[in-house]
Amino acid sequence: MSGREVVVCATGTANLASVFAGLKRVGGAPRMATSADDITGAGHVMLPGVGSFGAAMAALDKSGMTAPLRARIVLGKPTLSICVGLQLFCRTSEESPGAVGLGIVDAPVTRFPETVRVPQFGWNDINADPTCKVVEDGFAYFANSYAMAEAPAGWSVAMADHGGRFVAAMEKGAVVACQFHPELSGAYGHGLLKRWIDLPC
Amino acid sequence: MLTARVIPCLDVNDGRVVKGVRFQGLRDAGDPVELSMSYEHQGADELVMLDVSATPEGRGNALVTVAAVRQELGIPLTVGGGVRKAADAGALLEAGADKVAANTAAVTRPELLTEIADHFGSQCAIVAIDAARKAEGEGWEVVTLSGKNRTGMDAIGWAREAVERGAGEILLTSWDRDGTRSGYDTDLLRAVSGAVHVPVIASGGAAKPEHLIEALQSGADAVLAASIFHDGDYTLGDIKRVMAAAGIPTRLEPTTDTP
Repeated sequence: MSGREVVVCATGTANLASVFAGLKRVGGAPRMATSADDITGAGHVMLPGVGSFGAAMAALDKSGMTAPLRARIVLGKPTLSICVGLQLFCRTSEESPGAVGLGIVDAPVTRFPETVRVPQFGWNDINADPTCKVVEDGFAYFANSYAMAEAPAGWSVAMADHGGRFVAAMEKGAVVACQFHPELSGAYGHGLLKRWIDLPC
Repeated sequence: MLTARVIPCLDVNDGRVVKGVRFQGLRDAGDPVELSMSYEHQGADELVMLDVSATPEGRGNALVTVAAVRQELGIPLTVGGGVRKAADAGALLEAGADKVAANTAAVTRPELLTEIADHFGSQCAIVAIDAARKAEGEGWEVVTLSGKNRTGMDAIGWAREAVERGAGEILLTSWDRDGTRSGYDTDLLRAVSGAVHVPVIASGGAAKPEHLIEALQSGADAVLAASIFHDGDYTLGDIKRVMAAAGIPTRLEPTTDTP
């Protein structure tokens, strides 16, 4: 297969068909990570982040991918993290008390309030900081019950609202984390995936 | 803020989109991949695909259809029909579904919803409830087997139980209204959406944009329709512009620049 290689870091049993199809549509050549060295050596890495906060971290810990993943995020290597993958950047989540995340940022992950439908299913409008390079204003598709409520310091962020403001996406250099699903966000998501995959390694 | 979803529904029989009233007199309505892409470009927020195949061969072809649609489709895809165990859900998710809907099998064996939620997450576990007004007394009862079986089970109680068991969303079809083009059952929508905290998709009876607006103003979070789109009466864009003008939060941006 030709195209830019993207190493996909699996965290659970849910399907990756949509992620693979989305990457292929922007010229990517996705393949599953098979070892921790894969994460260190890869040009582009995607963390689809399926499952709960605790289950996803347990899967990363078990496969030895936690440390290389944290290292490449700190070094700013091209890394795209989706849905609960964004929440894993935090230390803890209300979803899985006791579980320890990557701890890249110091912000809590909390459940949406009782005043709105949970899970949040659907397209929400996103307002991106002018400093964002990969994430733009627009509508994107969300499927989540938990979110990061406060913008972390030192990152360019995009915010959305569902019973209160939450972090829809955050980026720093080539590291991008989206609470929404770019692979399910039509033309908006297509453009985002294309901008990220075209970033130099 | 979160926008209301408009969801075209494709009934697929042996790999082709079909349409008919209450599964009677099915006729060919097109290629699933072509129709799916047309709807995405018109502004569909999600797609639902119901496999109405009656044979094992047809079921197998449905997986091929899901995989073919997934390669092209850039919006969420829910697939229902013939989901009896967690492995059925797994096969559909692996083929490219993002959510799986269980209907009759969940009524027969409610643990199915818990099994799907435990394996794949509640965000994948959709319960499809077909409800009809009770012949006697107030309220609605659950019907199964494409309307052939009236269970006597209270539809509101079943909605609550399904959510407790792990369903992350309810696809609610009014069997009294389905195929009648007389509008959604707004009383049913108010009752179910008031009883649960998860999103509710309204289905059954849509013939014009005003019907969709009524449903959304009656507690539905999303509206599903089939014939009004397949027949070409309205495009998704036509309907969403009317919704926006009525004050419904709507995603209107063009999506035609996807190759």
